[in-house]
Amino acid sequence: MQRFAALLDALVLTPSRNAKLALLAAYLRETPDPDRGWALAALTDGLDFPAVKAGTIRALMAERVDPVLWTLSREYVGDTAETASLLWPEPLGEQPPPPSVAEVVATLTATNRASAPATVADVMDRLDVNGRYAFLKLATGAMRIGISARLAKVAFAQAFDVRVEDVEEYWHGQAPPYLPLFDWAANGAAPPRTDLLPLFRPFMLAHPLEAESLDLADYAAEWKWDGIRVQIVHVAGETRVYSRSGDDISATFPEVSAALTTPCVLDGELLVRGAHQGGEAGGAASFNALQQRLGRKTVSKAMLRDSPAFVRLYDLLIEGGDDLRKQAWEQRRARLEALVPRLDTERFDISQVIAAKDFDDLAEIRARARDEAIEGVMLKRRDSPYVAGRRTGLWYKWKRDPLLIDCVLMYAQRGSGKRSSFYSDFTFGCWNGDPDQGAELLPVGKAYFGFTDAELKELDRHVRQNTVAKFGPVRETDKSLVFEVAFDSVHTSKRHKSGVAMRFPRISRIRNDKPAHEADRLETLKALIAD
Amino acid sequence: MAPPFSWLRPEPQGLYITPADAWIDPSRAVDLALVTHGHADHARGGHSTTVATPETLAIMALRYGVIEAGSRAVAYGETVALRGDVRATYVPAGHVLGSAQILLEHGGERVVITGDYKRRADPTCTPFAVTPCDVFVTEATFGLPVFRHPPIVDEMAKLLAARENDAGRCVLVGAYALGKAQRVIAELRAAGYHETIWLHGAMEKMCRLYEDHGVDLGDLKPVAGVPKAALENAIIVCPPSALNDRWSRRLPDPVTAMASGWMRVRQRARQRGVELPLIISDHADWDELTTTIAQVNPAETWITHGREEALLRWCELSQRKARALALVGYEDEDD
Ligand SMILES: [Zn+2]
Ligand SMILES: [Zn+2]
Repeated sequence: MQRFAALLDALVLTPSRNAKLALLAAYLRETPDPDRGWALAALTDGLDFPAVKAGTIRALMAERVDPVLWTLSREYVGDTAETASLLWPEPLGEQPPPPSVAEVVATLTATNRASAPATVADVMDRLDVNGRYAFLKLATGAMRIGISARLAKVAFAQAFDVRVEDVEEYWHGQAPPYLPLFDWAANGAAPPRTDLLPLFRPFMLAHPLEAESLDLADYAAEWKWDGIRVQIVHVAGETRVYSRSGDDISATFPEVSAALTTPCVLDGELLVRGAHQGGEAGGAASFNALQQRLGRKTVSKAMLRDSPAFVRLYDLLIEGGDDLRKQAWEQRRARLEALVPRLDTERFDISQVIAAKDFDDLAEIRARARDEAIEGVMLKRRDSPYVAGRRTGLWYKWKRDPLLIDCVLMYAQRGSGKRSSFYSDFTFGCWNGDPDQGAELLPVGKAYFGFTDAELKELDRHVRQNTVAKFGPVRETDKSLVFEVAFDSVHTSKRHKSGVAMRFPRISRIRNDKPAHEADRLETLKALIAD
Repeated sequence: MAPPFSWLRPEPQGLYITPADAWIDPSRAVDLALVTHGHADHARGGHSTTVATPETLAIMALRYGVIEAGSRAVAYGETVALRGDVRATYVPAGHVLGSAQILLEHGGERVVITGDYKRRADPTCTPFAVTPCDVFVTEATFGLPVFRHPPIVDEMAKLLAARENDAGRCVLVGAYALGKAQRVIAELRAAGYHETIWLHGAMEKMCRLYEDHGVDLGDLKPVAGVPKAALENAIIVCPPSALNDRWSRRLPDPVTAMASGWMRVRQRARQRGVELPLIISDHADWDELTTTIAQVNPAETWITHGREEALLRWCELSQRKARALALVGYEDEDD
């Protein structure tokens, strides 16, 4: 228990995530079974002893400390367990040695409401002040020290030099003190079996897109929907719906769990159906409607009727006995497309692949997308296996949520192809200071999409009517027009005179209402730098 | 005849001795001040006459840059006669170098004003002496039963272990420049640590002053200008305010430690971003406060500053007459 108490104190006082990981990993490596498993469960709020409550502690203290002194102390310290650990009177005479974590867990499991006070007092007497604190935190199940399940798993992987994806997968279905898990990681035993249980498989995640462009021969694009990412598992007659974090939310969405009867593991976006918006495959209501259903353990009939849920499928991990995760995305996609028609069409549809002929085309489609349920675009390597977590180069998310800035049109150039008769490539700038004090416009980026056809006509007309100079194909304008530029991020750049480079800038609207001197300044843009 | 002890009056800015027209630790400049010790919240500058121990006067001279012409040095055990038939005797308080309790005698009544004090052994100052009196005017900085300072050897062991375990890092100890810093250094020496201890610039003069008064602090060097590599595995002492200051960025990945009685409470350590709390205080903890009151066994206990509510409650429970004086301006946030 002292080693656990020392760990707890160090975790509380260590601000950096890496240092927390190192502390936890060292503890897991150096502490014998089953203590380390119990400790892990305690740290991740995986232990519950219903017989011991904060009230149990208060009652014990009331027998030992004057109530006024208790209240003053509790108010100052701010935490019942800590106050009790500090005020606990040191016992007289020799005490048995401090108990192990496992011993404490066994004692607390065996205790009931009636015996709890004596049990807790007995353990308290055997511990020092930090030990008492750790014990009371463990007993009341209120660690709250910022150790997420994810952090614990990463520490576990680090401790035994195993892959965190494997830890994620084998963790599910295991109960504290996780002996098979430690046996696998620490001693090289066979991993716990997972195929016969409706277990959560760790999600494959995407990196934000940072490259200027991707080759669509290598990457497929599909919409990223603004719902909640879910995994639906059906095995041996049981269905589970899991959230991103692996929480079982089957009861919150009973219509979805009831609809799947085919043994498989599906990855998709849970959405709530709504009539007022949407694509051909069935409109998805806004995130708000979904929000109202989330977090409810029981669902009313009215909710099921007014906001029915469905899942827009992205991927198929396992079908029947076939684990498809090592196969290429294209192969899994083909299996998914073949499977979807056999599913309940009221509850499942498939997220369409976006037909874009090249990346610029995709950028334009994305910039024009107006469905509120679209959060952006996903780019998935066609040969990517389904791997847990974020793996560089495989999946990218290209969110639509842009940053916005008001810029002044400076130069324009004719486009290519069907736009060759229009001025459609625009260079825009921001003020390098106060325009009323003689500041100048500095070019900060170029955009050639984002506008509607009508807006393009208007821009073209503006350029022709307000040209002040011509340099070959380029026209310099009188710098009178402001437009709002949307972009994904901005970075420092030595190549540009402005010192910044915007990623994926596009024109989101024309600001005829805004005079040029009210456009944004460079410092505003620089404040958004994400380097 | 005047009611008992009415010659000593608590005013918001300090205790006023009416017949002597003198103040104890006044928070503003006065004609005649009796100062218990050199901490800034007790020893303000600018009094016409300051009566204090020679060490306290030396500390005040260092702090305020001038030795006031009207200052008067009183050794421990020495008695000064004040106007109005008041006698003041300076008694060791064990708080910091030169710290004193002041015993006042007038009209057959004895009052002891502790200033700040502690009962633990401290190699840098003379230990507290229990002085019988009618009224005991005690501080209560750590006047809550949750404050029980552990033995300082335990805290030194924690500090030395952190230095051992974190190779390549240094340990940066935030400690009050007057008293705490020198005590931590002296206790490290007592624990067998004889490497150079590095000092933040704000620490140097006070450490020299302690050495001049015969406190051996071993090899001390200023940290300014020393290359990062030379400070790996070093122990560096700085004022608490410098702990999370830009100044500390030039040090090799410091483990942030702080020596303070407040470190007993996790939330306090967390608020200050302290990784290694060292529960070391120059104030009496709860047990020292209550034991001292019992030993002195006064007719009345007056509580000057700190968490007086709990100590009042304790006096009530042990059937001792007590009152809180609610003096302002004494702060020991870092001690
Ligand atoms: Zn003091
Ligand atoms: Zn004080």
